[in-house]
Amino acid sequence: MMSSHDHDDHDHDHDHDHGDHDHHDHVHPHAAIEDHDTVTEFHLLEQAMRELLIEAGVFSAADIQRQIERQEMRTPAMGARIVAKAWTDPGFRAELLSNPKPAITALGIDVANTPALQVLENRDGVHHVVVCTLCSCYPRMILGIPPAWYKSREYRARVVREPRVVLEEFGVSLPDSTEIRVVDSTADLRYLVIPERPAGTEHLDEEALAAIVSRDSMIGTGLLAGAA
Amino acid sequence: MFADGTLVRVLDHTIFGHCRTPLYLKGKVGEVVSLTGAWRNPETLAYHKPGLPLRRLYRVRFRQADLWDGYPNAGDTLEADLYEHWLAPAERAATGDLS
Repeated sequence: MMSSHDHDDHDHDHDHDHGDHDHHDHVHPHAAIEDHDTVTEFHLLEQAMRELLIEAGVFSAADIQRQIERQEMRTPAMGARIVAKAWTDPGFRAELLSNPKPAITALGIDVANTPALQVLENRDGVHHVVVCTLCSCYPRMILGIPPAWYKSREYRARVVREPRVVLEEFGVSLPDSTEIRVVDSTADLRYLVIPERPAGTEHLDEEALAAIVSRDSMIGTGLLAGAA
Repeated sequence: MFADGTLVRVLDHTIFGHCRTPLYLKGKVGEVVSLTGAWRNPETLAYHKPGLPLRRLYRVRFRQADLWDGYPNAGDTLEADLYEHWLAPAERAATGDLS
């Protein structure tokens, strides 16, 4: 296996504590404008790099906007569809766990040119929770843009050393007998958690099941309540 | 190359520049869960080099109690993806059994 490192969703190195696509109050003819209260060195660096790359003809401002739009069209609803399918189709579940990308592609979700993906199943007394302590790696190809807290220094630092305390703050209380397995996505893989299917959802079809799957449950910072 | 289940110690190198081994795992002993494949070396790739040869990347599982003093739940674990050149075979002694 080899990563191409030119994929859409690669987020190492250029996502340090700033937004997903920062713009500046400095007026540009070629980029969308949003106001920022503070402009950090990272903002200036990103802006300078972007302008140089546009000037050098590596890509255009329109390319950047298109890429931002493409990213923003990906949402946790994609992940929820994958989870619901895994709950209801044992063959799909097996394929998803062993070979995630072909399984996801078969659902009509485009994950070509995105980082490698691994799927982790919460079951049998093991609860996974995902973090990227080094930056903000996240399965953007199926969950979209990560929540701000996921990228915060506080979450990244604390969830590895006191996961039970952090999970309690998210409203997730697990018995001591459950193994909490923190997964630090330090390198080339992104991780999706399949939450446990709540009791009392046996009568729900795939679409209804997808509607109860929360984003946080697919990161491991949420549990799913039984359906009403 | 490390087989699944091998105990490994994360090397305590200091390198200046980009790397994907978090500080809190340096010197710690864990168990190889699986080989995930081989990727370009981020330590040179980050500086516009080809990052070759490809480096094997392993999922390694640690016991939380081996990582943090006074960690309260003996059964809790942490996994990280670590490149082969950051790992060395380890003994069971120092940090106890991992089964």
